[in-house]
Amino acid sequence: MSEVKFSKEHEWITLEGDVATIGITKHATEMLGDIVFAELPEKGSNVEKDGTAGVVESTKAASDVYTPVSGEIVDTNQAIVDDPSKINEDPEGSAWFFKLKMKDQSEMDGLMNKEEYDKFAKESAS
Amino acid sequence: MEIKKTSLNKLHQSNDAKFVEFAGYEMPIQYSKGIIEEHKFTRSNSGIFDVSHMGQLFIYGDESLTEELEKIFPLDLKNLKQNCSKYSFLMNEDAGIYDDLIITKIEAGYLIILNAACKDQDFEVLSNLLGSKFKMNLDNNRSLIAIQGPKTVEILNPIINGVDQLNFMTGNWFDSYNQKLFVTRSGYTGEDGFEISISNDKAEKFVENLIENGAQLIGLGARDTLRMEAGLCLYGHELDINKTPVEANLRWAISKTRLSNGGFIGSKKIMNQLKDGASQIRVGIKPEGRLIAREKTKIFDDTDKQIGEITSGTFGPSVNGPIAMGYVDKQFSKVDTKILLEVRGKKYPANVCALPFYKKNYVKGVN
Repeated sequence: MSEVKFSKEHEWITLEGDVATIGITKHATEMLGDIVFAELPEKGSNVEKDGTAGVVESTKAASDVYTPVSGEIVDTNQAIVDDPSKINEDPEGSAWFFKLKMKDQSEMDGLMNKEEYDKFAKESAS
Repeated sequence: MEIKKTSLNKLHQSNDAKFVEFAGYEMPIQYSKGIIEEHKFTRSNSGIFDVSHMGQLFIYGDESLTEELEKIFPLDLKNLKQNCSKYSFLMNEDAGIYDDLIITKIEAGYLIILNAACKDQDFEVLSNLLGSKFKMNLDNNRSLIAIQGPKTVEILNPIINGVDQLNFMTGNWFDSYNQKLFVTRSGYTGEDGFEISISNDKAEKFVENLIENGAQLIGLGARDTLRMEAGLCLYGHELDINKTPVEANLRWAISKTRLSNGGFIGSKKIMNQLKDGASQIRVGIKPEGRLIAREKTKIFDDTDKQIGEITSGTFGPSVNGPIAMGYVDKQFSKVDTKILLEVRGKKYPANVCALPFYKKNYVKGVN
């Protein structure tokens, strides 16, 4: 599996072959608070880089989930729809959102590594 | 305008509060444990809420004050016993609500607890109505602390001895912290609890003592989910100047004796609405599944006609599902009516339901 990369919209992404797994970062869940609702894209649908690909709602507000890369949705994580609190518990592990088949792997190039993201998150939070 | 702070601001900070601006005050929305934990702690244990931003209006006067206030509030104040509290509203001539409030008869007159965002206007409206005959004091030297939940009595009684003898919706003065505290058995969470009016300089010490006894600070976020589960209105959401108590389904708060004779501001409109029915009415709404429908969500019938709008909606931690309140056209206000909610461009099924979503028994008949 590839190194985990991060977007400015606080998604994380890993790549295995041409299938990317995408979720939201721990930092994002800390900003959102208790997550109580998750909506995921439909299997087989196509999503575009930086377009919306789901929704999460905390006790406070609703937020769009964006996809950092384009592709066809090949799998979604029903467990977080059934129990959204799992997203707060393990956001960068078992609570992934969806997997997609990438069209253009060069879309990974502009994303941040962990160190860059941690710095970005710290700055955007203050 | 500079943001105002309550006397507990430092204590909130040292308890890792996340702050928001609310009605011109810097208030804690939540602490480190988060809204759901805070909500559940209040339902199972005892939660402390800083509500010092709310207005504490003392109006002093004798029976002539009671007479004047009966021209304003739809309450039978002449028969209200000393130290008893009532939920009511300040209205305009069209029965539009300026504010909802709790009024308590005290020895020297009345104490009225007002919403933070409304208190200055309320003071102006009441001053104009009452003239200069009665001394009015919107007391900024006192903090207001609510403590709510099933373990509250055992936590509070050792600190303010005798509060366990209060019935729900009554109050009294108690000696503690070298002063007279006014304590009412009331609250806005659906739990048994108290609200304590205490001088600003002693508020922090008092709350520290509550924490030592096992209570925890709770933010405005959980206060909102708690009051929604209890089916209670929040001014600016369920209530505003364009809504009447009849539309808000609050006719229970209007004294029966006042409904027959009227004579209070807005009484004509209220009596007409009670006779003819209001065109829209506040209801509880339960979305199916896990869907959350927030304020301003449009409500439709099955013919795609808009029939109302959501005024508050969230996830109810104790009912473990989404809950909402809103206004619908009268013919859709019956419990179990199927309605549709438009969220992110799609329509989802929901049901009109009875309020509250979560029910507990208040303490009555202690003495």
